Amino acid sequence: MSVAIVGGGLGALRTAESLVTAGYTGEVTVISDENFFPYNRPPLSKEALKGGIETEALEFKRKTSVDNVNWILGDRASQVSLANKSLTLASGGTLDFEGLAIATGIRPRRLSVEGPTLGRHTLRTIDDAKSLRSTLQNSKTLLVVGAGFIGCEVAATARLLGLSVTVVAIDEQPMVRPLGLDLASELRRRHEAKGVQFHLGVGIEAFTGEEVATGVRLSDGSELYADVIVEAIGSVPNTEWLSGNDLELSDGVLVDESMQVVGTDVPAVAVGDIARYPHRLFDDIPRRIEHWNLPTETGRRAGKTLAARLCGQEVLIEPVNFIPTFWSDQYEYNIQSFGMPGIADRQELAFGNWENELVVEYFRGDDLVGVVGIDSVPQLVPYRSRLMKRA
Amino acid sequence: MKVVVDMSKCQHYGQCCFEAEDVFQLDDDGKLVHAAEADESRRSDVESAADVCPMQAITIE
Repeated sequence: MSVAIVGGGLGALRTAESLVTAGYTGEVTVISDENFFPYNRPPLSKEALKGGIETEALEFKRKTSVDNVNWILGDRASQVSLANKSLTLASGGTLDFEGLAIATGIRPRRLSVEGPTLGRHTLRTIDDAKSLRSTLQNSKTLLVVGAGFIGCEVAATARLLGLSVTVVAIDEQPMVRPLGLDLASELRRRHEAKGVQFHLGVGIEAFTGEEVATGVRLSDGSELYADVIVEAIGSVPNTEWLSGNDLELSDGVLVDESMQVVGTDVPAVAVGDIARYPHRLFDDIPRRIEHWNLPTETGRRAGKTLAARLCGQEVLIEPVNFIPTFWSDQYEYNIQSFGMPGIADRQELAFGNWENELVVEYFRGDDLVGVVGIDSVPQLVPYRSRLMKRA
Repeated sequence: MKVVVDMSKCQHYGQCCFEAEDVFQLDDDGKLVHAAEADESRRSDVESAADVCPMQAITIE
Protein backbone atom coordinates (compact mmCIF):
# COMPACT_ATOMS: atom_id res chain seq x y z
CA MET A 1 0.00 0.00 0.00
CA SER A 2 1.23 3.51 -0.61
CA VAL A 3 0.30 7.08 0.18
CA ALA A 4 1.62 10.08 -1.74
CA ILE A 5 1.66 13.36 0.13
CA VAL A 6 2.13 16.17 -2.37
CA GLY A 7 3.63 19.27 -0.80
CA GLY A 8 6.23 19.41 1.96
CA GLY A 9 5.16 21.95 4.54
CA LEU A 10 3.72 21.65 8.03
CA GLY A 11 0.42 20.16 6.78
CA ALA A 12 2.29 17.39 4.98
CA LEU A 13 4.34 16.61 8.09
CA ARG A 14 1.30 16.42 10.38
CA THR A 15 -0.58 14.26 7.88
CA ALA A 16 2.32 11.81 7.73
CA GLU A 17 2.58 11.65 11.52
CA SER A 18 -1.13 11.13 11.92
CA LEU A 19 -1.34 8.42 9.24
CA VAL A 20 1.28 6.34 11.03
CA THR A 21 -0.10 7.02 14.50
CA ALA A 22 -3.55 5.93 13.27
CA GLY A 23 -2.14 2.53 12.36
CA TYR A 24 -1.35 2.81 8.68
CA THR A 25 1.73 0.65 7.99
CA GLY A 26 2.22 1.06 4.23
CA GLU A 27 4.63 3.29 2.37
CA VAL A 28 4.45 7.07 2.67
CA THR A 29 6.16 9.36 0.16
CA VAL A 30 6.29 13.13 0.52
CA ILE A 31 7.03 15.16 -2.62
CA SER A 32 8.17 18.73 -1.97
CA ASP A 33 9.28 21.29 -4.51
CA GLU A 34 11.52 22.86 -1.88
CA ASN A 35 14.93 21.49 -0.97
CA PHE A 36 14.20 21.50 2.76
CA PHE A 37 12.37 19.27 5.18
CA PRO A 38 9.17 20.84 6.57
CA TYR A 39 10.05 24.07 8.33
CA ASN A 40 8.50 26.87 10.31
CA ARG A 41 7.54 29.74 8.00
CA PRO A 42 6.42 32.50 10.41
CA PRO A 43 9.98 33.53 11.39
CA LEU A 44 10.80 34.24 7.73
CA SER A 45 9.16 37.66 7.91
CA LYS A 46 10.27 38.36 11.47
CA GLU A 47 13.25 37.17 13.52
CA ALA A 48 14.91 35.16 10.74
CA LEU A 49 14.60 38.02 8.26
CA LYS A 50 16.16 40.31 10.83
CA GLY A 51 18.75 38.07 12.47
CA GLY A 52 19.66 35.45 9.89
CA ILE A 53 18.14 32.39 8.27
CA GLU A 54 19.40 29.09 9.65
CA THR A 55 17.65 26.27 7.89
CA GLU A 56 18.29 23.68 10.58
CA ALA A 57 16.84 25.89 13.28
CA LEU A 58 13.71 26.45 11.20
CA GLU A 59 13.06 22.78 10.38
CA PHE A 60 10.42 21.07 12.51
CA LYS A 61 11.48 18.18 14.71
CA ARG A 62 10.66 15.03 12.81
CA LYS A 63 9.05 12.55 15.20
CA THR A 64 9.94 8.86 15.18
CA SER A 65 6.54 8.22 13.58
CA VAL A 66 7.89 9.61 10.30
CA ASP A 67 11.20 7.71 10.36
CA ASN A 68 10.11 5.53 7.43
CA VAL A 69 8.72 8.28 5.23
CA ASN A 70 10.37 8.67 1.81
CA TRP A 71 11.16 12.32 1.18
CA ILE A 72 11.45 13.44 -2.42
CA LEU A 73 12.75 17.00 -2.19
CA GLY A 74 13.23 19.45 -5.04
CA ASP A 75 10.59 17.87 -7.25
CA ARG A 76 6.88 18.42 -7.70
CA ALA A 77 3.78 16.79 -9.10
CA SER A 78 2.98 18.38 -12.43
CA GLN A 79 -0.23 16.38 -12.89
CA VAL A 80 -2.35 13.79 -11.13
CA SER A 81 -4.85 11.31 -12.47
CA LEU A 82 -7.20 10.27 -9.72
CA ALA A 83 -8.78 7.68 -12.04
CA ASN A 84 -5.39 5.99 -12.54
CA LYS A 85 -4.12 6.86 -9.05
CA SER A 86 -0.93 8.13 -10.56
CA LEU A 87 1.21 11.24 -10.25
CA THR A 88 3.40 12.69 -12.97
CA LEU A 89 6.48 14.36 -11.52
CA ALA A 90 8.12 17.44 -12.98
CA SER A 91 11.40 15.48 -13.14
CA GLY A 92 9.73 13.09 -15.58
CA GLY A 93 8.93 10.09 -13.40
CA THR A 94 5.57 8.80 -12.26
CA LEU A 95 4.42 7.66 -8.85
CA ASP A 96 1.41 5.42 -8.25
CA PHE A 97 -0.54 5.64 -5.01
CA GLU A 98 -3.52 4.18 -3.27
CA GLY A 99 -4.09 7.22 -1.06
CA LEU A 100 -3.35 10.87 -1.84
CA ALA A 101 -2.85 13.84 0.46
CA ILE A 102 -2.96 17.27 -1.16
CA ALA A 103 -0.71 19.66 0.73
CA THR A 104 0.67 21.97 -1.94
CA GLY A 105 -0.41 25.09 -0.09
CA ILE A 106 -0.24 28.51 -1.62
CA ARG A 107 2.16 30.84 -3.40
CA PRO A 108 2.31 34.62 -3.33
CA ARG A 109 -0.10 36.34 -5.67
CA ARG A 110 1.56 38.65 -8.22
CA LEU A 111 0.19 41.88 -9.61
CA SER A 112 -0.49 41.68 -13.31
CA VAL A 113 0.36 45.23 -14.26
CA GLU A 114 2.80 46.76 -16.71
CA GLY A 115 6.47 47.03 -16.01
CA PRO A 116 9.48 44.86 -15.19
CA THR A 117 8.99 41.58 -13.35
CA LEU A 118 12.58 41.45 -12.07
CA GLY A 119 13.40 43.04 -8.74
CA ARG A 120 10.02 42.32 -7.15
CA HIS A 121 10.53 40.20 -4.06
CA THR A 122 7.89 37.94 -2.57
CA LEU A 123 8.11 36.07 0.72
CA ARG A 124 6.96 32.51 1.23
CA THR A 125 9.98 30.21 1.29
CA ILE A 126 13.44 30.01 2.87
CA ASP A 127 14.93 30.88 -0.52
CA ASP A 128 12.69 33.95 -0.78
CA ALA A 129 13.72 35.06 2.70
CA LYS A 130 17.43 34.58 2.02
CA SER A 131 17.22 36.62 -1.14
CA LEU A 132 15.20 39.38 0.52
CA ARG A 133 17.46 39.47 3.56
CA SER A 134 20.63 39.88 1.55
CA THR A 135 19.01 42.63 -0.53
CA LEU A 136 17.72 44.48 2.55
CA GLN A 137 21.20 44.41 4.05
CA ASN A 138 22.53 46.43 1.13
CA SER A 139 19.65 48.87 0.80
CA LYS A 140 18.34 52.05 2.33
CA THR A 141 14.75 52.24 1.17
CA LEU A 142 11.98 49.64 0.97
CA LEU A 143 8.63 49.80 -0.77
CA VAL A 144 6.07 47.22 0.34
CA VAL A 145 3.10 46.62 -1.91
CA GLY A 146 0.28 45.21 0.23
CA ALA A 147 -0.62 45.78 3.87
CA GLY A 148 -1.61 42.32 5.08
CA PHE A 149 0.31 40.11 7.51
CA ILE A 150 3.43 39.72 5.40
CA GLY A 151 3.47 43.33 4.25
CA CYS A 152 3.17 44.69 7.79
CA GLU A 153 5.69 42.26 9.24
CA VAL A 154 8.26 42.94 6.53
CA ALA A 155 7.73 46.69 6.99
CA ALA A 156 8.34 46.38 10.74
CA THR A 157 11.40 44.16 10.31
CA ALA A 158 12.89 46.50 7.72
CA ARG A 159 12.41 49.47 10.06
CA LEU A 160 14.24 47.51 12.77
CA LEU A 161 17.03 46.95 10.24
CA GLY A 162 17.19 50.71 9.70
CA LEU A 163 15.60 51.03 6.27
CA SER A 164 13.24 53.78 5.33
CA VAL A 165 9.89 52.08 4.60
CA THR A 166 6.83 52.96 2.53
CA VAL A 167 3.71 50.76 2.34
CA VAL A 168 1.26 51.04 -0.56
CA ALA A 169 -2.05 49.19 -0.51
CA ILE A 170 -5.52 49.27 -1.95
CA ASP A 171 -6.87 48.60 1.55
CA GLU A 172 -8.17 51.36 3.75
CA GLN A 173 -5.97 50.37 6.72
CA PRO A 174 -3.21 47.81 7.34
CA MET A 175 -4.47 44.29 8.18
CA VAL A 176 -8.01 45.61 8.01
CA ARG A 177 -9.55 42.29 7.02
CA PRO A 178 -8.39 40.27 10.03
CA LEU A 179 -8.48 43.18 12.51
CA GLY A 180 -11.43 45.39 11.51
CA LEU A 181 -11.22 49.16 11.04
CA ASP A 182 -10.68 50.35 14.63
CA LEU A 183 -7.79 48.08 15.50
CA ALA A 184 -6.32 48.37 12.00
CA SER A 185 -6.26 52.17 12.38
CA GLU A 186 -4.45 51.76 15.67
CA LEU A 187 -1.94 49.42 14.05
CA ARG A 188 -1.32 52.04 11.41
CA ARG A 189 -0.71 54.64 14.12
CA ARG A 190 1.91 52.37 15.71
CA HIS A 191 3.64 51.81 12.34
CA GLU A 192 3.64 55.54 11.63
CA ALA A 193 5.10 56.23 15.07
CA LYS A 194 7.96 53.94 14.03
CA GLY A 195 8.45 55.92 10.85
CA VAL A 196 6.57 53.91 8.21
CA GLN A 197 4.86 55.97 5.49
CA PHE A 198 1.53 54.71 4.15
CA HIS A 199 -0.24 55.27 0.84
CA LEU A 200 -3.57 53.54 1.39
CA GLY A 201 -6.72 53.15 -0.67
CA VAL A 202 -4.65 53.43 -3.79
CA GLY A 203 -3.93 50.94 -6.59
CA ILE A 204 -0.74 50.16 -8.48
CA GLU A 205 -0.89 51.07 -12.13
CA ALA A 206 2.57 49.88 -13.12
CA PHE A 207 6.00 48.96 -11.88
CA THR A 208 8.58 51.40 -13.13
CA GLY A 209 12.24 50.91 -14.06
CA GLU A 210 14.13 49.52 -17.03
CA GLU A 211 15.07 45.84 -16.63
CA VAL A 212 14.53 45.78 -12.90
CA ALA A 213 11.63 47.34 -11.00
CA THR A 214 12.75 50.40 -9.06
CA GLY A 215 9.38 51.90 -8.22
CA VAL A 216 5.65 52.03 -8.83
CA ARG A 217 3.18 54.36 -10.48
CA LEU A 218 0.00 54.68 -8.44
CA SER A 219 -3.59 55.02 -9.61
CA ASP A 220 -3.54 58.67 -8.45
CA GLY A 221 -0.70 59.31 -10.89
CA SER A 222 2.06 59.71 -8.31
CA GLU A 223 5.27 57.70 -8.44
CA LEU A 224 7.33 56.12 -5.66
CA TYR A 225 10.87 54.75 -5.79
CA ALA A 226 12.84 52.40 -3.57
CA ASP A 227 15.98 50.26 -3.48
CA VAL A 228 13.90 47.16 -2.70
CA ILE A 229 10.32 46.26 -3.62
CA VAL A 230 8.33 43.55 -1.85
CA GLU A 231 5.04 42.36 -3.29
CA ALA A 232 2.79 41.02 -0.55
CA ILE A 233 -0.74 41.12 -1.91
CA GLY A 234 -2.05 37.77 -0.79
CA SER A 235 -1.84 34.26 -2.12
CA VAL A 236 -2.95 31.82 -4.78
CA PRO A 237 -3.63 28.14 -3.97
CA ASN A 238 -1.37 25.72 -5.85
CA THR A 239 -4.10 23.65 -7.51
CA GLU A 240 -3.00 23.61 -11.16
CA TRP A 241 -1.66 20.05 -10.95
CA LEU A 242 -5.11 18.82 -9.87
CA SER A 243 -6.94 20.04 -12.94
CA GLY A 244 -8.72 17.56 -15.20
CA ASN A 245 -10.12 15.49 -12.31
CA ASP A 246 -13.53 17.19 -12.00
CA LEU A 247 -12.77 18.62 -8.56
CA GLU A 248 -14.12 21.86 -7.06
CA LEU A 249 -11.02 24.06 -7.33
CA SER A 250 -12.49 27.58 -7.42
CA ASP A 251 -10.63 28.50 -4.20
CA GLY A 252 -8.31 25.77 -3.03
CA VAL A 253 -9.71 22.25 -2.72
CA LEU A 254 -13.19 21.66 -1.32
CA VAL A 255 -13.12 18.97 1.37
CA ASP A 256 -15.62 17.62 3.88
CA GLU A 257 -15.09 17.77 7.62
CA SER A 258 -12.96 14.63 7.62
CA MET A 259 -10.74 16.42 5.04
CA GLN A 260 -11.79 14.01 2.26
CA VAL A 261 -11.74 15.66 -1.13
CA VAL A 262 -15.28 16.27 -2.38
CA GLY A 263 -16.06 14.91 -5.84
CA THR A 264 -13.99 11.72 -5.92
CA ASP A 265 -14.25 8.20 -4.51
CA VAL A 266 -10.47 7.80 -4.50
CA PRO A 267 -9.01 7.99 -0.97
CA ALA A 268 -7.84 11.60 -1.15
CA VAL A 269 -7.57 14.33 1.47
CA ALA A 270 -6.45 17.95 1.43
CA VAL A 271 -4.84 19.84 4.31
CA GLY A 272 -3.50 23.20 5.39
CA ASP A 273 -3.70 26.45 3.43
CA ILE A 274 -5.19 24.78 0.36
CA ALA A 275 -8.13 23.03 2.08
CA ARG A 276 -11.56 24.69 2.08
CA TYR A 277 -14.13 23.41 4.54
CA PRO A 278 -16.89 24.64 6.86
CA HIS A 279 -15.75 25.86 10.27
CA ARG A 280 -18.81 24.63 12.16
CA LEU A 281 -18.13 26.63 15.30
CA PHE A 282 -18.94 29.69 13.21
CA ASP A 283 -21.14 28.76 10.24
CA ASP A 284 -21.62 26.35 7.34
CA ILE A 285 -19.73 28.33 4.70
CA PRO A 286 -16.66 26.46 3.46
CA ARG A 287 -13.62 28.70 3.95
CA ARG A 288 -9.94 28.45 3.23
CA ILE A 289 -8.05 30.00 6.15
CA GLU A 290 -4.28 30.43 6.14
CA HIS A 291 -3.69 30.52 9.90
CA TRP A 292 -0.87 28.90 11.81
CA ASN A 293 -2.63 26.11 13.68
CA LEU A 294 -4.76 24.81 10.82
CA PRO A 295 -2.15 22.70 8.96
CA THR A 296 -1.67 20.86 12.25
CA GLU A 297 -5.40 20.46 12.92
CA THR A 298 -6.33 19.48 9.37
CA GLY A 299 -3.27 17.25 8.97
CA ARG A 300 -4.14 15.28 12.08
CA ARG A 301 -7.68 14.78 10.91
CA ALA A 302 -6.67 13.95 7.34
CA GLY A 303 -4.14 11.33 8.44
CA LYS A 304 -6.81 9.51 10.45
CA THR A 305 -9.25 9.70 7.57
CA LEU A 306 -6.78 8.35 5.05
CA ALA A 307 -5.66 5.56 7.39
CA ALA A 308 -9.29 4.52 7.92
CA ARG A 309 -10.03 4.56 4.19
CA LEU A 310 -6.96 2.49 3.34
CA CYS A 311 -7.53 0.02 6.17
CA GLY A 312 -11.15 -0.50 5.11
CA GLN A 313 -12.58 1.14 8.22
CA GLU A 314 -15.43 3.59 8.45
CA VAL A 315 -14.41 7.26 8.37
CA LEU A 316 -15.70 9.19 11.35
CA ILE A 317 -16.99 12.57 10.25
CA GLU A 318 -16.87 14.88 13.25
CA PRO A 319 -17.83 18.55 13.06
CA VAL A 320 -14.80 20.80 12.64
CA ASN A 321 -14.08 22.39 16.00
CA PHE A 322 -10.79 24.14 15.28
CA ILE A 323 -10.42 27.67 16.51
CA PRO A 324 -8.28 29.45 13.92
CA THR A 325 -5.42 31.29 15.55
CA PHE A 326 -2.67 33.58 14.35
CA TRP A 327 -0.05 35.78 15.83
CA SER A 328 2.01 38.56 14.35
CA ASP A 329 5.06 40.27 15.79
CA GLN A 330 5.64 43.84 14.66
CA TYR A 331 8.29 45.86 16.51
CA GLU A 332 7.82 45.11 20.22
CA TYR A 333 4.12 44.38 19.76
CA ASN A 334 2.75 40.87 19.93
CA ILE A 335 -0.63 40.55 18.22
CA GLN A 336 -2.60 37.35 18.75
CA SER A 337 -5.99 36.31 17.47
CA PHE A 338 -8.39 33.48 18.18
CA GLY A 339 -11.55 32.71 16.27
CA MET A 340 -12.67 34.51 13.13
CA PRO A 341 -12.62 38.27 13.71
CA GLY A 342 -12.81 38.72 9.93
CA ILE A 343 -16.47 37.65 9.83
CA ALA A 344 -17.56 40.08 12.59
CA ASP A 345 -19.73 43.13 12.02
CA ARG A 346 -18.84 44.87 15.26
CA GLN A 347 -15.85 45.16 17.61
CA GLU A 348 -15.52 46.25 21.20
CA LEU A 349 -12.54 47.09 23.35
CA ALA A 350 -12.73 44.61 26.25
CA PHE A 351 -9.44 45.24 28.07
CA GLY A 352 -6.74 47.90 28.21
CA ASN A 353 -6.82 50.93 25.94
CA TRP A 354 -6.25 51.51 22.25
CA GLU A 355 -2.74 52.97 22.64
CA ASN A 356 -1.26 50.19 24.80
CA GLU A 357 -2.04 46.62 25.77
CA LEU A 358 -5.52 45.68 24.67
CA VAL A 359 -8.06 43.00 23.95
CA VAL A 360 -10.72 43.55 21.30
CA GLU A 361 -13.80 41.31 21.10
CA TYR A 362 -15.43 40.72 17.71
CA PHE A 363 -19.16 40.08 17.33
CA ARG A 364 -21.46 39.02 14.55
CA GLY A 365 -24.79 40.19 15.86
CA ASP A 366 -24.64 39.27 19.54
CA ASP A 367 -22.38 36.36 18.86
CA LEU A 368 -18.71 36.46 19.95
CA VAL A 369 -16.82 35.15 16.91
CA GLY A 370 -13.26 36.21 17.66
CA VAL A 371 -10.82 38.03 19.85
CA VAL A 372 -7.56 39.87 19.19
CA GLY A 373 -5.07 40.99 21.80
CA ILE A 374 -1.94 43.10 21.70
CA ASP A 375 0.55 42.19 24.44
CA SER A 376 -2.29 40.60 26.41
CA VAL A 377 -1.81 36.85 26.25
CA PRO A 378 -2.96 36.12 29.83
CA GLN A 379 -6.21 37.97 29.16
CA LEU A 380 -6.75 35.95 25.96
CA VAL A 381 -6.47 32.49 27.49
CA PRO A 382 -10.04 32.31 28.93
CA TYR A 383 -11.52 33.04 25.51
CA ARG A 384 -10.72 29.60 24.20
CA SER A 385 -13.41 27.93 26.27
CA ARG A 386 -15.85 30.72 25.41
CA LEU A 387 -15.25 30.22 21.71
CA MET A 388 -15.37 26.42 22.05
CA LYS A 389 -18.75 26.64 23.78
CA ARG A 390 -20.15 27.83 20.51
CA ALA A 391 -20.29 24.16 19.46
CA MET B 1 6.23 11.85 30.94
CA LYS B 2 8.65 14.74 31.25
CA VAL B 3 7.70 18.12 29.80
CA VAL B 4 10.65 20.30 28.78
CA VAL B 5 10.41 23.86 27.53
CA ASP B 6 13.49 25.52 26.09
CA MET B 7 13.13 28.87 27.85
CA SER B 8 15.79 30.42 25.60
CA LYS B 9 13.31 29.92 22.72
CA CYS B 10 9.97 30.47 24.50
CA GLN B 11 8.40 33.84 23.67
CA HIS B 12 5.37 33.37 25.96
CA TYR B 13 2.79 33.24 23.17
CA GLY B 14 0.63 31.03 25.37
CA GLN B 15 -0.59 28.81 22.53
CA CYS B 16 0.32 25.78 24.66
CA CYS B 17 -1.95 27.03 27.45
CA PHE B 18 -4.90 26.69 25.11
CA GLU B 19 -4.09 23.06 24.40
CA ALA B 20 -3.29 21.87 27.93
CA GLU B 21 -4.30 24.46 30.51
CA ASP B 22 -3.49 22.14 33.41
CA VAL B 23 0.12 21.72 32.27
CA PHE B 24 0.98 25.16 30.87
CA GLN B 25 -0.02 28.48 32.39
CA LEU B 26 0.95 32.11 32.15
CA ASP B 27 1.72 33.91 35.38
CA ASP B 28 0.52 37.42 36.20
CA ASP B 29 3.39 38.90 34.19
CA GLY B 30 2.48 36.84 31.16
CA LYS B 31 5.48 34.50 31.56
CA LEU B 32 5.10 30.80 30.92
CA VAL B 33 5.13 28.38 33.83
CA HIS B 34 4.66 24.65 33.28
CA ALA B 35 4.57 21.33 35.06
CA ALA B 36 7.82 19.39 34.80
CA GLU B 37 5.91 16.10 34.70
CA ALA B 38 2.50 15.32 33.21
CA ASP B 39 0.43 12.20 33.58
CA GLU B 40 0.52 9.79 30.64
CA SER B 41 -3.24 10.36 30.21
CA ARG B 42 -2.43 13.94 29.15
CA ARG B 43 -0.05 12.91 26.36
CA SER B 44 -2.33 13.81 23.47
CA ASP B 45 -2.98 17.36 24.68
CA VAL B 46 0.65 17.93 25.65
CA GLU B 47 1.74 16.73 22.20
CA SER B 48 -0.76 19.17 20.71
CA ALA B 49 0.76 21.94 22.81
CA ALA B 50 4.23 21.03 21.49
CA ASP B 51 2.93 20.90 17.91
CA VAL B 52 1.37 24.36 17.97
CA CYS B 53 4.18 26.17 19.81
CA PRO B 54 5.17 29.03 17.48
CA MET B 55 8.78 28.76 18.62
CA GLN B 56 8.78 24.93 18.68
CA ALA B 57 10.25 25.14 22.17
CA ILE B 58 8.43 22.22 23.83
CA THR B 59 9.71 18.66 23.95
CA ILE B 60 8.26 15.60 25.64
CA GLU B 61 10.64 12.99 27.07
